[in-house]
Amino acid sequence: MSFWTRHQIFEKNSIVLIVGIFVVIAIGGLVEITPLFYLKSTIEVVDGIRPYTPLELTGRNIYVREGCYLCHSQMIRPLRDEVERYGHFSLAAESMYDHPFQWGSKRTGPDLARVGAKYSDNWHVTHLTNPRSIVPQSVMPGYPFLATTEVDPATIADHLRTSRIVGVPYTDEQIANAVADLKAQADPDDSGADAFAKRYPKAVVRNFDGKGGPPTEMDALIAYLQVLGTLVDFKLYNEKANLR
Amino acid sequence: MSQALNSKSMTIGESGLAVLFAVTAFLCLIGAAKAVDAPFAFHAALGTAASLASVFVILNRYFDRPSALPPQEINGRPNYNLGPVKFSAIMAMFWGIAGFTVGLLIASQLAWPALNFDLQWTSFGRLRPLHTSAVIFAFGGNVLIATSFYVVQKTSRVRLAGDLAPWFVVLGYNFFILIAGTGYLFGVTQSKEYAEPEWYADLWLTIVWVTYLLVFLATLIKRKEPHIFVANWFYLAFIVTIAVLHLGNNPAVPVSVFGSKSYIAWGGVQDAMFQWWYGHNAVGFFLTAGFLAIMYYFIPKRAERPIYSYRLSIIHFWALIFLYIWAGPHHLHYTALPDWAQTLGMTFSIMLWMPSWGGMINGLMTLSGAWDKLRTDPVLRMLVVSVAFYGMSTFEGPMMSIKVVNSLSHYTDWTIGHVHSGALGWVGFVSFGALYCLVPWLWNRKGLYSLKLVNWHFWIATIGIVLYISAMWVSGILQGLMWRAYTSLGFLEYSFIETVEAMHPFYVIRAAGGALFLIGSLIMAYNLWMTVRAGEAEVQSPVALQPAE
Repeated sequence: MSFWTRHQIFEKNSIVLIVGIFVVIAIGGLVEITPLFYLKSTIEVVDGIRPYTPLELTGRNIYVREGCYLCHSQMIRPLRDEVERYGHFSLAAESMYDHPFQWGSKRTGPDLARVGAKYSDNWHVTHLTNPRSIVPQSVMPGYPFLATTEVDPATIADHLRTSRIVGVPYTDEQIANAVADLKAQADPDDSGADAFAKRYPKAVVRNFDGKGGPPTEMDALIAYLQVLGTLVDFKLYNEKANLR
Repeated sequence: MSQALNSKSMTIGESGLAVLFAVTAFLCLIGAAKAVDAPFAFHAALGTAASLASVFVILNRYFDRPSALPPQEINGRPNYNLGPVKFSAIMAMFWGIAGFTVGLLIASQLAWPALNFDLQWTSFGRLRPLHTSAVIFAFGGNVLIATSFYVVQKTSRVRLAGDLAPWFVVLGYNFFILIAGTGYLFGVTQSKEYAEPEWYADLWLTIVWVTYLLVFLATLIKRKEPHIFVANWFYLAFIVTIAVLHLGNNPAVPVSVFGSKSYIAWGGVQDAMFQWWYGHNAVGFFLTAGFLAIMYYFIPKRAERPIYSYRLSIIHFWALIFLYIWAGPHHLHYTALPDWAQTLGMTFSIMLWMPSWGGMINGLMTLSGAWDKLRTDPVLRMLVVSVAFYGMSTFEGPMMSIKVVNSLSHYTDWTIGHVHSGALGWVGFVSFGALYCLVPWLWNRKGLYSLKLVNWHFWIATIGIVLYISAMWVSGILQGLMWRAYTSLGFLEYSFIETVEAMHPFYVIRAAGGALFLIGSLIMAYNLWMTVRAGEAEVQSPVALQPAE
């Protein structure tokens, strides 16, 4: 019996055909995806990576909501020009708590993986409100409504709790104090600022949008942008220890 | 009359579905009342309205219909179920025009950013998913559902399985599009490219898609032909694989069951791998396997020639579906994804060139002995040119997946150009060709209203595609080269914003190309409308006439 005759079992039996299709398409995904969950070399061991603060997480959700990832990548490739333009190439560890990842696929605007601490808060406020007032050739949309929209802190603890279910190691204490921490990070005079700083080491407490009152979406988004790429101290990072 | 009513009873499907929709309406009402955010409340209200409408339509249809369901055969000939096919074909045309229009708008926004209007609902970041979903899933999806339901009936010589199920698939699928699309405008997105809809839309799509698979499979199982026709292998692979991809990429935990926001189960590098395993195979199975099925039915039919090589179709089918699944990591070259996975992705992407061209050769060579028809039949010309574009994009893709090429092309407009040579040239043209064939067949017309208008559509759209993809090649390669340009002193030559500025003329040309493509589709919509409205009816023997649905 030739190969072509044998193949008729697929052509004449829809159940055999569907099983055949299923087996054939399963192989590639299994081989490429499953090892990423158990190979230790997949995610580097580094100091400094922590879950986002409630304010940063809120800002990250705004970043997702507005589709920033469609024009800005957060993934610096180990190529000479990128490392010189943006900084140290991105590590897998730096996005290990990102649900979903925001590596992006297009750079209509520059990479943002290490935009944190590069510009002042004031620059971000002006730029997000009207990009062309500060960069005349920019094609970025303006987001003036961020400054006038207050963040609703009511559900933030649920966000932390849900993040913990999918694997982000928030502590009970962090979840219990989420609402207070959200407010404290945007207000240096807040009585909870010290306790917040203990729960999120090295997190910055600032009035990000430069205005008083409760935190706005502008506060949240800038808090997120300012933390991007700043968690790992590359002066101390041992590249050789993570060679793969 | 009363006697007829007495002997009539509801089918299990009718009563079951009516009860299910009544329950769904109630649940959606609770969801709307307890919603924690406005978009969720809006979607839940839409769900309530749609469920109530479904209950009404099911009952109304029951009271109006004769006691017996439509017969499987009339006078020994299959009584094809064409209602859902017609609906999907109309929706395809509608969503196509909507999707192309939004595409033109966002292309113009990149050239003239004032068009974002600084409003949240009209900014590029929210409209771009609307454009991609509208053209891929709304336009492409409806074309695939319409043609698959048509082809599986014709090539199996049986009526579509199920009574309400096919309608559930087409209406449910378009309801999913509505939820997804309005969600994007409100900022409801999980930010996974081509999988942006949030958890509740994903759940709904899962139900619809499984029903789609069951209807298709059940129709195949009861077929009157001993062999399953080639096109149906591709449709089946497309439906099964999209189900697997959808389930693999989208598991998420909602923050509240009464809210739209969820957190995806996967994080960081694993999420990236899952995403592009999904993303590339949305291209491989939605935009390739599904549309190859269209090629395998409509080109032989239109050219009145058999498929060139049956054996080639067997080899290229299995090779294509096996190899495609591996290609995802080429979207993640030089990223934090481990090198071994990148290398696998690149290797399989290059190998993929062969089965892709196997399909192209099989499609083009089907024209053997009928090449003269290209001069007289613009519909066939559209179908054949689509296969040529398919060949071109499936050469370009493997080339771009080579790491050293990718280091230049990635993150630039070259990717956008590549996608559109496939999307406009291949998927667009093969869909247009299929709809031009399908509409006269479905509405019993002798032919199209005007072949001349098809000719206009063909040339306007072709010039649009050429403008689009050449502008994107130039801008993409220019941008990539400018990013890595160094001065003689060893400094980066250009700031980022200088590379943005250099893109402007190409963005204008690209928008012009998109505008031409849109104009072509408007000509098509007019032509199809006139075909249905004013076309000459095909004279048929009484046996072939079918009872109204």
